[in-house]
Amino acid sequence: MTSVTVEYYAQLREQAGQGRETITSDADSLAALYGELRQRHGFRLDIAQLKVAVNAQFRDWQQAFADGDLIVFIPPVAGG
Amino acid sequence: MSRVTIAAQPVDTNTLRKALQQPGCGGFCVFEGWVRETNEGREVSGLDYEAYNELAIGEGERIIDEAVQRFGIADARCAHRVGSLAVGDTAVWIGVVSPHRDEAFRACRYIIDQVKQRLPIWKKEHYLVGESSWVACAHAPADEHDHAHQG
Repeated sequence: MTSVTVEYYAQLREQAGQGRETITSDADSLAALYGELRQRHGFRLDIAQLKVAVNAQFRDWQQAFADGDLIVFIPPVAGG
Repeated sequence: MSRVTIAAQPVDTNTLRKALQQPGCGGFCVFEGWVRETNEGREVSGLDYEAYNELAIGEGERIIDEAVQRFGIADARCAHRVGSLAVGDTAVWIGVVSPHRDEAFRACRYIIDQVKQRLPIWKKEHYLVGESSWVACAHAPADEHDHAHQG
């Protein structure tokens, strides 16, 4: 099991009912982790609509993650 | 000092402007994005911005590096507000300096376009009538459809 911190923003934060949580998971990729959390929190956004960052760097969905990582799923952005 | 600021309070743009002034530069180009009173036909009363600050600053720095490489500008700054904004408030400020005006104009345009597409910043609009909603702009640079709130 790997222990990571996940931060939520925008609609993901509202749907999760929290901005941040520390979780343990045996998911073998970031995509699989999102799948687990989507089921738990009822996230409506599909993975195709998101990006993912680990420790403030964009990553591929198929990459794994390590103990202590900070993982952020990035909903469609709207700056400017 | 970081060239990118994510600000919870109104930004002193005069300070940003002064930080960019240098004797080798004859061109200064600025873009300000303001909160507009309508978006896609709906009357807007205000909006909330939130950002993933660390990644927004890192990605903003990369965008400015790209602008320096592509256009040969001398320097640039970007400030983006977070928090609650009202109609007329400045949401984003981009300033670019270069020896001559042409590269300053082009780099300024490049930076604001990339900022809108790439910075992890989210906007929830509040309307005079109806429920507030998160505005979805594009992740992909190829998407030319403009959901832009201003500019």
